[in-house]
Amino acid sequence: MVIWCPDWPVMASMAEYPAGTAVAVFEKGMVLACNPAARAEGVRRGMRRRDAQSRCPGLVVADHRPEADARAFEDVLLAIEELSPGVAPLRPGLCALRMPEGARWRRGAFYGGEAEAAAVIAERLVDLGVWDVRLGVADGLFAAEQAARRALAQDVLVVPSGESAAFLADLPIETLDAPVGAPPAGTLVSAGGGLVSLLRRMGLTTLGAFARLSAADVHTRFGRHGALLHRYARGLDPHPISRRSIPPELTAALVLEPPLELIDPIAFSLRTTSERFVTDLAAHGLVCTTVRIEVDSDSVLSSARSWMHPCWFGATDLIDRVRWQLAVGMPGPVDGVRLVPETVEPLSNHADSLFGGAPDDRIVRGISRVQGMVGHEGVLSVGVQGGRGPADRALVSPYGEQPAVVRPLGRSWPGAIPPPAPATVFTRPAEALVVGAEGQPVVVTGRGSVTCPPDRFRASADTPWQPVASWAGPWPIEELWWDEVASRRIARFQVVGVDGSAWLMVVENGRWFTEARYD
Amino acid sequence: MTIAPSLPTDPLTELRVQVSRMEGRPAAQPVRTHPALNGLLQLQTGATYGVTSASLAALLMAGPSVDGAWCAIVGTGELGVEAAAMFGVDLDRVVVVPEPGEAWLEVVAALVDVLGIVVVRPPKHRPTAKDVSRLSARLRTRGSILVVWGDWPRCDARVGLTDVEWHGAGWGQGHLKARQATVEVRKGTAPAVERRLWLPDVNLSVVEVGGQRPLLETTSLAPRPPALRSVS
Repeated sequence: MVIWCPDWPVMASMAEYPAGTAVAVFEKGMVLACNPAARAEGVRRGMRRRDAQSRCPGLVVADHRPEADARAFEDVLLAIEELSPGVAPLRPGLCALRMPEGARWRRGAFYGGEAEAAAVIAERLVDLGVWDVRLGVADGLFAAEQAARRALAQDVLVVPSGESAAFLADLPIETLDAPVGAPPAGTLVSAGGGLVSLLRRMGLTTLGAFARLSAADVHTRFGRHGALLHRYARGLDPHPISRRSIPPELTAALVLEPPLELIDPIAFSLRTTSERFVTDLAAHGLVCTTVRIEVDSDSVLSSARSWMHPCWFGATDLIDRVRWQLAVGMPGPVDGVRLVPETVEPLSNHADSLFGGAPDDRIVRGISRVQGMVGHEGVLSVGVQGGRGPADRALVSPYGEQPAVVRPLGRSWPGAIPPPAPATVFTRPAEALVVGAEGQPVVVTGRGSVTCPPDRFRASADTPWQPVASWAGPWPIEELWWDEVASRRIARFQVVGVDGSAWLMVVENGRWFTEARYD
Repeated sequence: MTIAPSLPTDPLTELRVQVSRMEGRPAAQPVRTHPALNGLLQLQTGATYGVTSASLAALLMAGPSVDGAWCAIVGTGELGVEAAAMFGVDLDRVVVVPEPGEAWLEVVAALVDVLGIVVVRPPKHRPTAKDVSRLSARLRTRGSILVVWGDWPRCDARVGLTDVEWHGAGWGQGHLKARQATVEVRKGTAPAVERRLWLPDVNLSVVEVGGQRPLLETTSLAPRPPALRSVS
């Protein structure tokens, strides 16, 4: 049985538009699908954008988002799966269901027959809001799809068993051009066109005429691909339906009755749940590297956050994360906690290598202990990234998390200070004073030159004045000039005092700051 | 130049040291030290070292880090990570706890338990003598190293920089390229031992000034090949 929802790309995005709007989904400037309202205005599949808009000025143009289609179709698959397991999704908008073998002979099984089963499925999908659903039942996938395409909306076309070839015989040869939902769909679309037009020019206008040729002759003349199409035309389906396996339920949830307000009892009650979570994953040969922890308060989702782990989550790590999440904001009495695995990886990726590789368990545990004391964000791992200032070049992220944005190191960063890098980079740049020989402030002009050479300086308010021994710069930088808020015009200097101390200073709007120290 | 005590590279010595540690004897084990400090300072497990500047802290971290030890920096987020990497610290094995707050001592103690070397910027209020002695006892039993960047009551050795001289910057031209400085190491009341070092030189490596051979050969600071180690 094949279940077909016509114009699925449009149907998937229809929720965003008011009913009755003419909508067409475009891909590469061509209409991929349109809804009946657009079709009534004369919009057709394969039309160019300008033509479509000239026929229907009110046309809403939507871009094709295959992943959104697939996501929307997932609801349909789940609904069908509730009625009968073993759905094979062919593509968004089209799926197949294998009817029980015996049902064709034994009426009464499977909702009492094919037509009845189809009615149940159609009713379920209409309930879901998919009002245009067509079903076809036949011996093979290809014949069933053709039957579905010829069925009326919310109806089923049943081709009796053994009559698929007869049903297909009357269909035009161009049917083979249409994408067939079976695995070789891509090859049919790409290579089928030439062959189909050749067959038509040879006078074979129906599938039946093509099917009457001898299989051996077709294979000799048209090769393997022709032989495959020939099998389709004869109602034989070389590709059995591959059922989709139902994704295992890996989320672990704990319901607290009565609700708890303190972290410790919650963490204690969560122990068995988190252990079950880890063992369930392990039973599938998986480990979880990113988990989302959802906390319910008064049966409403009140706090959710994703946590990453440097290796993978064990039961105690999960409880630690729950503790940290609750410590940041305790939403009130908690009556439910859910552990949702966001990223799972095969266990084999994390197997211990012979000579180590992953950090020692002991070290990870010790660092987690410190995270328990100072908070998750209190322990940082560091790295080097691209950037101009020394503070920009440091890559800092909470230990165990992947940094969100990493600026590449290899690019050129004009205006960056050449190495060696300063050993002390101040978290908060201290205000400094730099003056020329007559005590006048040193300013950088718009052309990037200094008004007078620096003569004396003070690195911060609590250090004494001292003469400049040597200086280098300026390195002028105009960052993010297109952004009114974040744009900065600064210039950096290296200043060495007579006592041998060297400083990296930055001047912005005539004010000097000490950014780093070469100590 | 005196030669530093050879490292216990053969497994037998290493096991012997471990056995003695298991028997409860505090065994001070020599730890790989940056080759520029050869003969000047030999890091030992369980010891506390005081340094006056960030580059010296990074220089002391470099040796154990190359050997695969994990490092922690507690009490400051100001140690320049790029400079630390230049001195040879492997940043993949560094964690930073910039603001431990009230839990300062507990954090240091927890890190000393598991990591090879912990760099500490002491808080404003001086830790009490009792805390210091408890921490050093923990260091000895756990075989970790404490490097204090700042003031600390009891140090096995204090390392300082004097006569710093930067090269490369002129009067508005060039940029800082290399630095010469005298590293002096004081152990207790003994007279200071000192050595003039390029810290770093123009190739960004740390070598002795006027040394016949560069002390930092690429091979000398390359990670040791993985060896079997005894696990308890």
